[in-house]
Order: sequence, then structure tokens, then C-alpha cells
Amino acid sequence: MTVFEKPKSLTDAEFHYCPGCTHGIIHRLVAEAIDALGIEGRAIGVAPVGCAVMAYNYFACDMVEAAHGRAPAVATGIKRSLPENIVFTYQGDGDLASIGMAETVHAATRNENITVIFVNNAIYGMTGGQMAPTSLPGQVTQTSPYGRDVSVAGYPVKVAELLSSLDGPEFIARVAVNNVKNVRNAKKIIEKAFQNQIEGKGFSLVEVVSSCPTNWGMTPDNALKWVEEKMIPYYPLGVFKDRSAGKEEDKA
Amino acid sequence: MANVTFRTDLCKGCGLCVSACPRGIIKLAKDKINKKGHNPAEITDREKCIGCACCATMCPDCVITVEK
Repeated sequence: MTVFEKPKSLTDAEFHYCPGCTHGIIHRLVAEAIDALGIEGRAIGVAPVGCAVMAYNYFACDMVEAAHGRAPAVATGIKRSLPENIVFTYQGDGDLASIGMAETVHAATRNENITVIFVNNAIYGMTGGQMAPTSLPGQVTQTSPYGRDVSVAGYPVKVAELLSSLDGPEFIARVAVNNVKNVRNAKKIIEKAFQNQIEGKGFSLVEVVSSCPTNWGMTPDNALKWVEEKMIPYYPLGVFKDRSAGKEEDKA
Repeated sequence: MANVTFRTDLCKGCGLCVSACPRGIIKLAKDKINKKGHNPAEITDREKCIGCACCATMCPDCVITVEK
């Protein structure tokens, strides 16, 4: 009996990600959710700009590439014209929380019936490790070599908290992929975000606290420890909004 | 007994499976290099494997298949 194998909704293409990059884990969780719900034939993904720009090579469903940050707007158009299809976006923090913030907030407040997977690794990965809207106070990056100075660069954007303050969205949660337990929990939450869309409930966003060993300048193992010690205290995990369960804010 | 197989050529030697294994029976093969140029992960003692799939859960590159 097979306990674990590569999900069918991933193609045979090899991931181009750096060693130890958790994008691979999150891709797999999305593909597992698509497999589990049996929606491979009608899923349409929208790829971002960022490290995951080539996500269209990896998912074995229809994929569309959006302009930087515009994935929720493109997904809105697809979902409204093809309401029977299951539409998801896969975006990083530079894409969703910076240039795409307007599209994200408005898609959420309209409660568009789409699923958004938001990968938060606190840095711009693809362009070489610049400070992102989600970089932690004091975090050293290429553009904040003395650490993020909040008096100049402001504070990190907490996307899950921000969006859960809106009346519109159906489901907002934050998960992490830094250990086995959190990965297994993330799998359940991502599946729920897709299930919500199948049931026509509306906008579901899952923020995944992730790592970037290359640009953080750490080994993959130490990067996951840094997630545990620095990121999760700043970005607490849990379900922030689950309207149909009557949950407005419940930090698990 | 559980059977764990590694698609060695896909491994990037990140070592996340090594630290995830509760039995401590996965290591990076320092004497081998795969076609990507990394030291791939391998299992050292198949008898001790319990088939929990913790290694495969943490593997970012879908290298590992677990059967029981």
C-alpha cells in the first residue's frame, strides 16, 4: 500500500527552486488538495510573478500567467466567465502584499469565489533578497543591510489580519510549513479553502509562512528554525475568519 | 516493513528529510553526487523504518515515495 507518493496534479517537471525552498512543499499541498477533491479536470491556476512564476510548468491543470500582482483580478475574470471551474491563484509576498495589494483587497471585499494561496517568506526571493512588505523589523536584507528600520521603512503587513478585518471574505487563515505537524495542518486548511469554492462560499485565502534559505543566508534547517523562532511569533498561525462557521477571529 | 524509495536524481540535498526522520535513519550520502551535483539523501537502515512518511512530508521536491 502506498503511504505517500507524488500527487497526480503535479507534472513530471523538476522544480527549479533552490535546495530546501518550501515552495515545493506548498506546490505539493495544493496538488494534493486538487487530487483529494477530484477537481483536476476543472481546476484553473493563476501563476504570479516571483519565484513561483513558472508554477504553470508544475501543476497538471490549466494555468494562466498574470501580470505582477494581478492574479486575483485575472482569477476574478476567469471565475466569472467560467463559474463551473475551480480557480486558484498562487502568489508570493512581493506579488500579493506589495504591487498586488489593491487587487487582493478588492477581490476579498467583493468576496469573489476564488482560492488564494499566499506564500509569505518575508523577502523578495527571485530578485535577490530585497526587503519585502512582510520583512520583519530588524531583518537584514539586500536593501536593509542594517536591519529593517521601522522608522524609515514602516512595519510589516500582516495580510491575514488585514483581510480578516473586511466584512467580505469567507475564509482567511495562516499556516506554516516549518515542521511535519504544521505541514499536515496546512494540507487540511488548503483543502478547506478549495472546498469553500466548490460550495460557492466565496473568497478563501491561505497565508503560508514559508522560508527562503538562499536569501536569508541560512541552511534549509536553520531557515525553518528561524520561521519557528522569529516569523511565527510575529505572524501567528490560525483561522482568522471563517464566516460560515461563525468564526470572526479565532487564533488557534 | 515499510519501503522507502528515493528518486535520487531529483534530490537537492537540502537535508529537511534528515531532520524530519524520527528514527534518525536518513543521511546525505557524502560519497555520492547526483546529476544535479548534490549529495543525495539515502536511508541507512531500512529495518528501522516505520513508514511514517515524515521525510516525504517535508521533502520539497517529491523525491520520496513511502509504501507499507
